Amino acid sequence: MIAVESLAKSFGSIRAVDGISFTVGKGEILGFLGPNGAGKSTTMKMITTFLPPTSGTAKVADFDIWENPLEVRARIGYLPESAPSYKDMNVYDFLMFTAEVRGYDGEERKNRVMRMLETCNLKEVAWQLIDTLSKGYRQRVGFAQALLHDPEYLVLDEPTDGLDPNQKQEVRALIRRMGREKCIILSTHILEEVEAVCSRAIIIGNGRIVADGTPEALRSRSVLHGAVTLELTGEGIKDALADLQKIEGVARVEELKNDDLPAKAAVAEGEEAAGSAKNGKSSLRVRLFPKKGVAIAHEAAKFVHERKWEVDAFTLEKGDLNEVFYNLTRGGEKA
Amino acid sequence: MRNLKAVLKRELRGYFESPVAYVFIIIFLLATAGCTFFISRFFDARVASLDPFFVWHPWLYLFLVPAVGMRLWSEERKSGTIELLFTLPITLIEAIAGKFLAAWAFIGIALVLTFPMVLTVGYLGSPDYGIIFTSYLGSFLLAGAYLAVTCLFSAMSKNQVISFVLSVVACFAMVMLGVGVFTDFLNGFLPVRISEAISAFSFFTHFQSFQRGLLDSRAIIYFVSMIGFMLTANAIVLEMKKAE
Repeated sequence: MIAVESLAKSFGSIRAVDGISFTVGKGEILGFLGPNGAGKSTTMKMITTFLPPTSGTAKVADFDIWENPLEVRARIGYLPESAPSYKDMNVYDFLMFTAEVRGYDGEERKNRVMRMLETCNLKEVAWQLIDTLSKGYRQRVGFAQALLHDPEYLVLDEPTDGLDPNQKQEVRALIRRMGREKCIILSTHILEEVEAVCSRAIIIGNGRIVADGTPEALRSRSVLHGAVTLELTGEGIKDALADLQKIEGVARVEELKNDDLPAKAAVAEGEEAAGSAKNGKSSLRVRLFPKKGVAIAHEAAKFVHERKWEVDAFTLEKGDLNEVFYNLTRGGEKA
Repeated sequence: MRNLKAVLKRELRGYFESPVAYVFIIIFLLATAGCTFFISRFFDARVASLDPFFVWHPWLYLFLVPAVGMRLWSEERKSGTIELLFTLPITLIEAIAGKFLAAWAFIGIALVLTFPMVLTVGYLGSPDYGIIFTSYLGSFLLAGAYLAVTCLFSAMSKNQVISFVLSVVACFAMVMLGVGVFTDFLNGFLPVRISEAISAFSFFTHFQSFQRGLLDSRAIIYFVSMIGFMLTANAIVLEMKKAE
């Protein structure tokens, strides 16, 4: 278990991390979310004993970062941001070096390195200088270095940074697989990554935890959560806007213009503008926002059916993590 | 200690896997030989002594040792690998000592490669091998002191060039403290006791005692404690600066 207790770090007058506490257990994959400069990396650097906190502490497997930093380091696999490695070494030698420092020697050391070359698909570049490798390969070298001693705890600072989409998928699958028996903290600013990988997410803004929960729970804090988006065609559809207000449980109805649409809907829509005439009928795109805690999908479907409008699309919104993220880290800002 | 060895091996290999090592060794050998034969006029002196060889070491080391040591921490901080190094189960002492010893060993190798000098002087006459031995020891310790200063300044800046320049200036100051011109200047306005105390801190005066063939324990203790002091300062600077 990693237990972080009111960890804080100041750089001069700047409070980079301002009293963060949380615990992560085995089998959990914790995603650290936050805008650049929110304190994600600093927190990770403190947990991995690279930076001494200004106040507070953290325990990894009951070893305190102040009292037993070497025990903490021995148990953590750490991938620092942008995966630094000794560029004047080749991949094999670099991994042999980390294996030696991790306390392996002889056959065991060689075997571990070979296994890592395999796991991280580095075999074909094993004898190349790290300096000559692409960003994606370097990232994988960093991964190999972090996983070499099969640590119980993994701290990954932006693990998929610089990878192409396929590699990202691979790395995410790898993290998910490892997450079953390890305790993982990863930071990212890619929200889909949190949804794809993490069992829990913590959003950090200005050095504080502003939200902590499962990705689903966080998404449900979105204004969009539970809203119904409709695309309707029919006679006199223009008047429907006021009509739709009557649906039970609906708090607010909003007409969506093309540029309001989420990207994927806009693509599906093609060039066609909402509200344009179609076979003499006009179409309308609206979003119904529910009153707090009310499910409106059912009522909305019934209502539309009764009016005999043609339904081109009917979407129940799950909520948008982007929006939650924005509101918590920017919109909610007082200063 | 096994981690010290791991760091040492990695650093030492790093020297020999880049052309820097060979360039350095060649320049060092050419410069020492050049100074001995062409400036000190070794043959004209007609004395079977390596004095004209060793007398140049404090001045050649002034540029060559900082060139060897400047990258030790600058590079580590610039490329961010310092974060990797200090999140591996390595202590600060192991890392500092490992790096220092690697660079020192490298300079030692270059020094050993000057052995044709010894052969030459042995072939031409019958030198005092005792003096040659203590001079080599003194030269090696002197290089260690320069290197420790360089390690300290290397930790201070991410920029290797700045590390180099600061190291050269600092080493120059440490040498000049004991050089006649400077002590005479100090004598001009300071009591002799104080100016002597100042020059007692110089690399130069302690190196000279080795050149006289003395295995002076005070000089050995001086160099070893100077190295210890500089490396301790190095550790403090690293702790302060590693986050930047």
